[in-house]
Amino acid sequence: MWDHEIKAMASTHAIIAASVFMATVLPAAFVESFSVYGTHLVWIYAVSFVVTVVSVAVFWLLGVTPPTKKHTLGYKLSRLFRCCLYFFLSCLFFHTVVVLYGAPLIESALETFSLAVLLTSLTTLRCLCVLGPNVQAWIRVFSWHGAMSVWDTCLQITVSCTLIGAWFGAFPIPLDWDRPWQVWPISCSLGAVIGFLTGLVVAPTWIHYHRKQLTYKCK
Amino acid sequence: MKGLPVLALLLCISSLYFVGLYLFVGGFLLVRLEVNRTSSCGDVLQPAGEPVDFCHVQPRLRRAVVLIIDALKFDFARYDHSNAAPRPYENKLPVLEEVTSSRPSHSRLYPFRADPPTTTMQRIKGFTTGSLPTFVDVGNNFASSAILEDNLIHQLGQTGKRVVFMGDDTWESLFPKKFHRSLPFPSFNVKDLHTVDDGILQHLYPTMTGDDWDVLVAHFLGVDHCGHRFGPDHPAMADKLTQMNAVIRSVMERLQNDTLLVVMGDHGMTDTGDHGGESLKETDAALFLYSPAPLFPGPPSQDEPEVVPQTDLVPTLALLLGVPVPYSSVGQVLLPLFPPHGQTEGAVEGLSQLEALWINAKQVNRFLETYSSMASDIPPENLSQLRREFSRLSDQYLSWVRGGGPPPPRLLFSLQSYLSSVRDTCRATWARFNPFKMAAGLVVLAFACLTCYVLSELSVVLIQENARRLRTPVVVALVVGVSVAVAQWFARGYADVSWCLAASALTSELLFFWTAARSASWLSHPLLVPPLVVSLLRCASLLSDSYVIAEGRVVTFLLFSLALYVPVHLNWCGHLVPPTPDPLKAAGLLPSPTLSSSAVRKETTTLVGGVGLLVLSLYLSLSFHACREEQGSCRPSPFLSPLSRLQDSQLKNLHYVLSVVSLALWTYLLKRCLSHYGNLNSSGGAAFTARWILPLLSVFLGIYWAVSSTPEDNFKDLGELIRLGQLTLPRAVFCLLGLGLFLIWLDPLTVFIKLRSSPSSRTSSLPPPRYRASTSMSPQAELHHLIPQIYQRMRRSLEDGEVGEGGGADGRPAVEAYGLGTVYSAPLLLFCGLLGVGLLLLHPEGMALSFLLLLLEMGAMLYIHASSTTLRGHHSGGFTVSWPPIVMWSLASSQFFHATGHLPTFPSIQWGAAFVGFPEGHSGTILPASLVALNTFASHALFAVGCPLLLFWPLACEVRGSRGGGGGGGGRACGDEDEDAVMEMRLRENPDQFSSALLQLSTRYLFLLGAQVFASVSAAAVLRRHLMVWKVFAPKLMFEACSFLVSSVFLLVGVTLVLRVDVAVAQWFKKVIPEASR
Ligand SMILES: [Zn+2]
Ligand SMILES: [Zn+2]
Repeated sequence: MWDHEIKAMASTHAIIAASVFMATVLPAAFVESFSVYGTHLVWIYAVSFVVTVVSVAVFWLLGVTPPTKKHTLGYKLSRLFRCCLYFFLSCLFFHTVVVLYGAPLIESALETFSLAVLLTSLTTLRCLCVLGPNVQAWIRVFSWHGAMSVWDTCLQITVSCTLIGAWFGAFPIPLDWDRPWQVWPISCSLGAVIGFLTGLVVAPTWIHYHRKQLTYKCK
Repeated sequence: MKGLPVLALLLCISSLYFVGLYLFVGGFLLVRLEVNRTSSCGDVLQPAGEPVDFCHVQPRLRRAVVLIIDALKFDFARYDHSNAAPRPYENKLPVLEEVTSSRPSHSRLYPFRADPPTTTMQRIKGFTTGSLPTFVDVGNNFASSAILEDNLIHQLGQTGKRVVFMGDDTWESLFPKKFHRSLPFPSFNVKDLHTVDDGILQHLYPTMTGDDWDVLVAHFLGVDHCGHRFGPDHPAMADKLTQMNAVIRSVMERLQNDTLLVVMGDHGMTDTGDHGGESLKETDAALFLYSPAPLFPGPPSQDEPEVVPQTDLVPTLALLLGVPVPYSSVGQVLLPLFPPHGQTEGAVEGLSQLEALWINAKQVNRFLETYSSMASDIPPENLSQLRREFSRLSDQYLSWVRGGGPPPPRLLFSLQSYLSSVRDTCRATWARFNPFKMAAGLVVLAFACLTCYVLSELSVVLIQENARRLRTPVVVALVVGVSVAVAQWFARGYADVSWCLAASALTSELLFFWTAARSASWLSHPLLVPPLVVSLLRCASLLSDSYVIAEGRVVTFLLFSLALYVPVHLNWCGHLVPPTPDPLKAAGLLPSPTLSSSAVRKETTTLVGGVGLLVLSLYLSLSFHACREEQGSCRPSPFLSPLSRLQDSQLKNLHYVLSVVSLALWTYLLKRCLSHYGNLNSSGGAAFTARWILPLLSVFLGIYWAVSSTPEDNFKDLGELIRLGQLTLPRAVFCLLGLGLFLIWLDPLTVFIKLRSSPSSRTSSLPPPRYRASTSMSPQAELHHLIPQIYQRMRRSLEDGEVGEGGGADGRPAVEAYGLGTVYSAPLLLFCGLLGVGLLLLHPEGMALSFLLLLLEMGAMLYIHASSTTLRGHHSGGFTVSWPPIVMWSLASSQFFHATGHLPTFPSIQWGAAFVGFPEGHSGTILPASLVALNTFASHALFAVGCPLLLFWPLACEVRGSRGGGGGGGGRACGDEDEDAVMEMRLRENPDQFSSALLQLSTRYLFLLGAQVFASVSAAAVLRRHLMVWKVFAPKLMFEACSFLVSSVFLLVGVTLVLRVDVAVAQWFKKVIPEASR
């Protein structure tokens, strides 16, 4: 019954995944000696930027975002402003959490903040796209019975995959292997992106195989 | 409640763990006593032959160059002409082959066999003391690694030889200030192949051509580091060995006639480049001897030794250079280096073979006698056999010396075999892992963990049947243990305790599984829930040296993750936000909420606040860590050094004020908490302790800090007073602490009743109890049912009293009972608080901040646990404490081990704790040892004692929940709502559930700790070849085992205190109820 939506989701995810891939490959043409380890921050910002732009465009085209009640320009502007504010607040939030997790406070603040931006663009941005700037709805979505559409379930899966990926990314840091990817925050951002990509693949697959069990009461 | 079964079960399970640990440690940690005596030139060894033994002959050689090439495996030194395609490590030292074949009487190459453990430090000890070093050389002080036993370097210095050292800085820590000149280079970084070697090469040749040395020791590390980094089969190894070849060649060119060159490896390496174990690849190093003057009587003959044991170098070098053989050496002189009897005339001076062996044998015999008088670990039958052999040999030798003539033909051989058998006996006693014991220990520990888990799942059944099921395993275990002992006695004449224990522990565990398997319901829960995954990760982290080194941060990381998991999981289950009236409920998808939305909001706020506090204290606690030497860029916390060492007086004052403020906060928070629940109103011992002893303790502690940090030279007149204060104040704190703990034990109740009206009026105003319907109740049951009623009335009147004078229409309050709701948790909390102050006394002053964080974190975890329990609405069932808070609790105990400035390494033990209150030192060893242990494992002790609080806190916080649940009425609730608010009295209503919940909580806690111990034991067993085994894993194992010991003891103390309170409460009710219902 949701075949259409699942197909849409799969193609959306394919586009986003492709854009992440492009963001990893293309900057080499513009930035000299670009590599994921060597110029890590450039990579992070490229990925964040591309994911942001592509997600916003795709979700806007698909019309997943809940329709606004008012159509005045002022309301739309304030909504946009709130979205930007939430995006920035979420960056700060992730930065704080990462610092509390043990990231250096001052030394590599820029790196930490870049990671926060990446995490925000992979998780919060999706929430913004699917649910709009409504924190209550975000909290609601992340509960057992909170998902109200296929897109909500997909959101649950991708966000948790991203965060778990970033969490696992911290594991190799203390090891004494002296690899270039063990430098803060490379392993974490790699983990987050890998988790995100996994989520992109897993979400449509999982929904496809569990579509009989999924019942959404109110849409 | 059933106290005895709970205690007995806990004792059994901890003793299972202890047996497993004892077995493993007995097989893994090789222990030897150190003999603190030194040889000297004037020694006369019994039986006396010459007036002086060691130094009566002119030595053959004046100087020696010892080149130690770390991990120079014998295969590296061999040269094979027929090998057309050598591997990177083969045929790279051609100089050795050239010299041995072209100048056979000047040089030899031998395999040089090391004794395990084949780690560099143990090996340096081995070939300088001539003994068989073990992991724990008792007598060595842990604080510094300096060798205190008699050794070659010491002897060389004693006889006036100038020893110049260059290379691996391990030597500098082993022989501080023993060298004439020393050029140590950092050895820690295994990745760095060249620093040490290049440093040596810069100084080696200039030193050799100079005349300011007699013995030159150079320790190259490149080969070893190359092995660790790339393995032997790598081009880098070829480069390194070729470099070493050139070094040996140019050193030989610079040698003079009176100089001996020794080129040796301290151990070998496996095919992966590691070492530490006992395989031939690790133990067989190369030994190359050379001198420009002829050294050997002739070319290699039939009776050349095939393999030279590493211990043999010490007596050989000593007698060749004319210094006494170190006292504890068990080595044997290398005979080919000494001329046979009758050839000493002519150009060759020095001892003959027979003389050298005789001195050697006498020295070894002297050591054996001394050692066996100190320790009894050498089997007596071997010892007496060795004695007989020596007396036979000495008779033979002395009669030959007196009679003259040719020496007895077999004497040389017999002396040699005597020396070999002494060494073999010693080796069998000291220097061998006991794999059977290790395996048995591992198995017992693994089964103990499993038993603990099964026990925690079966606790309800076990308590119901009064633990009858466990009687059989225990009895059978005892029988098996005794019978194994008897069998051993008959078979071998003595009984080995460890095997008896192993047999009984294993049988009891297996029997327990057999009985448990019959009630199959014990694996009902899924094991892979996130909190258990976190503790699994924690255990897995103990298997990697990097994670053990970074343990403090790892534990904090995991605890933080778990703290975030709790609210996320609650939200996922839909408990965190107040349920909106939606169609879900109508459809029956959600259980109808037990809490109103305002209550949910309130609990959620508490929960989020608790998580915030927990996270904050976790983050702040990171700044109290100390540093391991492996952590290069780490800087130890400034709060770790005692105030008296701070120079800046302003900083000192700031630190002092901070410490005192946190101490005051600690006291205030505890008192505030107790008075909040009305526990401070009574006049019992516990309340007295809380009101007077706790503040007094803090005051004394504050004054003591001030006194001990005052520099004595600034206040010369007060010097006497300061010294007095340093002596008496801590002792006063100890005494007060003892008094307080004793009072809590004696009178743990903190309940205060006030009777205001006559009994008759009170009984009339009672509503008729509902349970009167059944008339045939036993007095015991009636007692149980009465309690809530009484309590309700007491509480109602108490609150009436609070609200206004005399309450409302139903007259004056009848009874007021303060603090009945927290009757169990209050004494436990107080106990923790007192103990915390006592433990703080043993720490540096700055740690007061960390202790305050500990208290805050404890509180945060308790409140998180309480509100998540309330939110989940689990009150109705048993009192089961779920896994997340217990995992958090056990992680927090490890976390604060680090956050109070401790590390699992021996140099980081805070020995100063032993002298708190005893500035002059101790006469015994038990008191200082326990003080140091309490200092080291303070956080484990505190968290273990406080563990039962996890059971009580959700109940203690219950009042708030139901008060908030009054909802629209605004006023106090009545009826059903009120019956919820019995707090900890609920435990008295269900004594069986209480016992089983207490048992479950303690076994779960023990399971988590035991799993950690098991993980570090497995790490030590599996990684016993690892480079870091003696530096990281073995100390970690010791600390983990000790922390388990301390934790289990203090957990038992906490549980016992709870049981004591329960007894006291029962007595109190017996006293109160007949009176009240009269
Ligand atoms: Zn070595
Ligand atoms: Zn090594």
